[in-house]
Amino acid sequence: MSVYFPQKKLPYLLVLPQLIITAIFFLWPAGQAFKQAFYREDAFGLSQTFIGFGNFIDLFQDPLYYKSMGVTMVFSFSVAFFGIAIALWLAVMADRVIRGKMAYQTLLVWPYAVAPALAGVLWWILFDPNIGPIALFLDRIGIHWNHFLNGDQAMILVVIAATWKQISYNFLFFLAGLQAIPRSLIEAAAIDGAGPFKRFWDIVFPLLSPTTFFLLVVNLVYAFFDTFGVIDTTTQGGPDGSTNTLVYKVFKDGFIGLDSGGSAAQSIVLMAIVGLMTVVQFRFIERKVQY
Amino acid sequence: MIENRPWLKLFSHFILIAGVLIVALPVWVALVGSTQSAGSFADSVPLWFGDQGVQNWSHVLFHAAGSTLQIPVWHLLLNSMIMALGITFGKIAISMISAYAIVFFRFPFRSLIFWVIFITLMLPVEVRIVPTYQVIANLNMLNSYSGLILPMIASATATFLFRQCFMSMPGELVEAARIDGAGPIRFFFDILLPMSRTNIAAMFVIMFIYGWNQYLWPLIITTDDTYYTLVMSIKNMLSVPDGDIEWNNVMVTTLLAMIPPVAVVVGMQKLFVKGLVDAEK
Amino acid sequence: MRKLTLAMAVLGGLSLSGSSFAATEIQWWHAMGGANGQELNRIVKEFNDSQNKYKVDPVFKGTYTETMTSAIAAFRAHKQPAIVQVFEVGTASMMAAKGAIYPVYQLMKDTREPFNPKDYLSSVTGYYSDLKGNMLSMPFNSSTPVLYYNKDMFKKAGISSPPKTWEEVAADSKKLLASGAKCGFTTGWQSWVQLENLSARHNVPFASNDDGFAGLNTKLLFNGPLQVMHITKMHEWQKSGIFSYGGRRSDSVPKFYSQQCAMYTGSSSAYGGMVKNAKFDFGVSSLPYWASEVKKPSNTIIGGASLWVLRGKSKEQYKAVAAFLHFLSTPKIQAEWHQFTGYLPITHAAYELTKKEGFYKTHPGTDVAVLQMTASKPTVNSRGLRLGNFVQIRDVINSALESVWSGQATPQAALNTAVKRGDALLRRFERAHQ
Repeated sequence: MSVYFPQKKLPYLLVLPQLIITAIFFLWPAGQAFKQAFYREDAFGLSQTFIGFGNFIDLFQDPLYYKSMGVTMVFSFSVAFFGIAIALWLAVMADRVIRGKMAYQTLLVWPYAVAPALAGVLWWILFDPNIGPIALFLDRIGIHWNHFLNGDQAMILVVIAATWKQISYNFLFFLAGLQAIPRSLIEAAAIDGAGPFKRFWDIVFPLLSPTTFFLLVVNLVYAFFDTFGVIDTTTQGGPDGSTNTLVYKVFKDGFIGLDSGGSAAQSIVLMAIVGLMTVVQFRFIERKVQY
Repeated sequence: MIENRPWLKLFSHFILIAGVLIVALPVWVALVGSTQSAGSFADSVPLWFGDQGVQNWSHVLFHAAGSTLQIPVWHLLLNSMIMALGITFGKIAISMISAYAIVFFRFPFRSLIFWVIFITLMLPVEVRIVPTYQVIANLNMLNSYSGLILPMIASATATFLFRQCFMSMPGELVEAARIDGAGPIRFFFDILLPMSRTNIAAMFVIMFIYGWNQYLWPLIITTDDTYYTLVMSIKNMLSVPDGDIEWNNVMVTTLLAMIPPVAVVVGMQKLFVKGLVDAEK
Repeated sequence: MRKLTLAMAVLGGLSLSGSSFAATEIQWWHAMGGANGQELNRIVKEFNDSQNKYKVDPVFKGTYTETMTSAIAAFRAHKQPAIVQVFEVGTASMMAAKGAIYPVYQLMKDTREPFNPKDYLSSVTGYYSDLKGNMLSMPFNSSTPVLYYNKDMFKKAGISSPPKTWEEVAADSKKLLASGAKCGFTTGWQSWVQLENLSARHNVPFASNDDGFAGLNTKLLFNGPLQVMHITKMHEWQKSGIFSYGGRRSDSVPKFYSQQCAMYTGSSSAYGGMVKNAKFDFGVSSLPYWASEVKKPSNTIIGGASLWVLRGKSKEQYKAVAAFLHFLSTPKIQAEWHQFTGYLPITHAAYELTKKEGFYKTHPGTDVAVLQMTASKPTVNSRGLRLGNFVQIRDVINSALESVWSGQATPQAALNTAVKRGDALLRRFERAHQ
């Protein structure tokens, strides 16, 4: 756009509310976190000692921090992968049927609205090792399910709960993406004798790749940040830290462990990581808009 | 259709129905669980309806959510509604006008302001929970609707999406408005607002869900149960040391906490899907 | 902008309404959920109705951990409650925060509220007293681990009396398994029952410095031969089906309710839940010990929580706190609480009253915990534990035990790791409180 309104004061007035809110509720606390990262404090905040980079040094010498990084990677990519794969499959199926497309969309879209904390509760009860129907069923076929004990199973549980919520979102984008593919392309391939599978892999999937990439980023961000409730209501990071993602760890060390310095140092590291992710996402979306 | 292969179509329906059923499975369990007595959960989770449905639902809605939460759920519903709508309208209002300023005006420090706002995308509230809590406490906003709402408005997602939407509007619009002698305020209300209807609707859905589903923040800043919200209260009902979880009441509350946002998404599905897919593309 | 200020004013106004009482109001943050929470509310109501000067406002804040941490966060923000219920694990953290807590003995003295420390069971108050014997917090709900057993299943397996020792637990479990049981026993609160109380019961230190009572430079000692032997046994039992693990807190108790497991070692305060949920005849017995290790076991240590008074309130409010704490300690209230919840009676008078009322006769097994606690004079190893960052140390121990149950580490290696990680947490606590 090249034409702008000439007013000089009005724009400041317009951005002012957001700036105030940002300053009070974001910059101020973030500044506090920044300061705390360089101090050691007791739980009640009665004494403070400046220790320079002490908290960061502790952090990067802590094997549990690296474990948490690994956990976060496994969790985020699993959620993104399964969320995208299942949603894509369902979207392709839905694109194929003529009757009931809207009904299917409605029946698949609603989990998007469910709070992560509630998703956690719902899947917990299904998988509760003592009373959960799925756990009892697995037990009967010889798989001993106990996510309180088994780290891998705990991870599977939180991935299922987090993915369940995300499928609907991905599904909407894929369905829209599929509907935007020109029929003529597919028809031409069909005339050439390409079967549905070949058509999907040769034509449809490549054309969906921008959507897929976009969803990959969005899903990773979701798994990173918006799954706090899922973990808090189900595993609380356990057992033995096997579901302790970086974001959960910040909360756990800061609020439960009352180690404000260590937790603040983690916040700073996270900020750097997310900053990087935001720039990537931003660049990507920006470029798409310019097309 | 390109070709007509009935088995393929049948297969598609089969997969979709299976998908729908699996997605709905947890809600089925919640629904039948909500009609059971507390004792029915001792051995295994019931998979069919019990006979306590009316009793449980009316107890939870009008009497008390559970033994750990002596407050009727309608009150929590009301709080959740106030919080969700406060966040939704607050966010839409301030982010629309700031996106408007950033896109349609040129002024000194514009990009600095832009980045200051956008930096909030980088740290969700979970990560800066302790200092944010202290700020809210200093401002005397613990146990208040403003404490529940205002910090949640600080995120820039909505500003970002409105910016995208405004940027895609043709520049001639402004030119035409200026030739007509319309000032920026009239332009905003007469042209921009009607043109962004779909986007506002989509934003409404997204923000309503975001606000409604807030969990950790209300959990931490409310100690007075007159300000409890529905989603956070689940945590209260689940943490009973040396006691038993009242799964039947938990299930009723879970369902009640799901109904409003699900209704909003399903009810505004068309606008929401259009707005969502367009805005983020 | 004016609109926003206006909105803020309106919202702010909303937050102020509804708090205009004439009586002095104090908040009490607690972690009592379920039926116990209802009983707590009833007791508070009784206090509030008994006079019109003070009003106590009970707030349920979730699990023990959440209650304590949110109170501390609130303290940092100067919004703390007057009274907070803190579990035994948080004791050292609270004690170390001298500027934040108002010691109960001091409070009672300052407000001239009647208070005699001798009224209380010493095995309970010992946990919450300083080295001079001054009570720093008010015991409220104390429990101790006991063994619950399914009488029906025992009968079916031909066992006439509950096991006294771990040797008998193993032998009985084999019979139970042979008679069709799915598991012998399960445990709640594994760190508390299977390590902390195990050590106390065998008069073995859990940590140096008299279990942490004597100073901050404490080192953990729970990777000694007794503890390793016990965990090794439990691991063997787990493999042969005698023991089944079901979670860190009381999440394993459904295994007992559903009659999968014939025994459950857990808090004496689970009694109320047992009565409500067990559809079979159950009994209560004392926590087993190893006959191979001791002839006569020491007392067990307490769990549960005590009430801490926080600084920063007005004189009038502290008067309210003192009056309320006094009310809570009266024999009638204590006896009611004890009988309803299964927590220990914390005063001698409450125990005697309960006995006189014939409660122990009509509710067999409810006195097991009291007798077990008072059977012997507490030693330095069975007085309690005072460890900084204990919340996280418990977490570390839980993780270590879980790595044993899942076969990822040997008992010795797991406990060694836990000691190492736990010591690091103790050092961190020590550094922060120099």
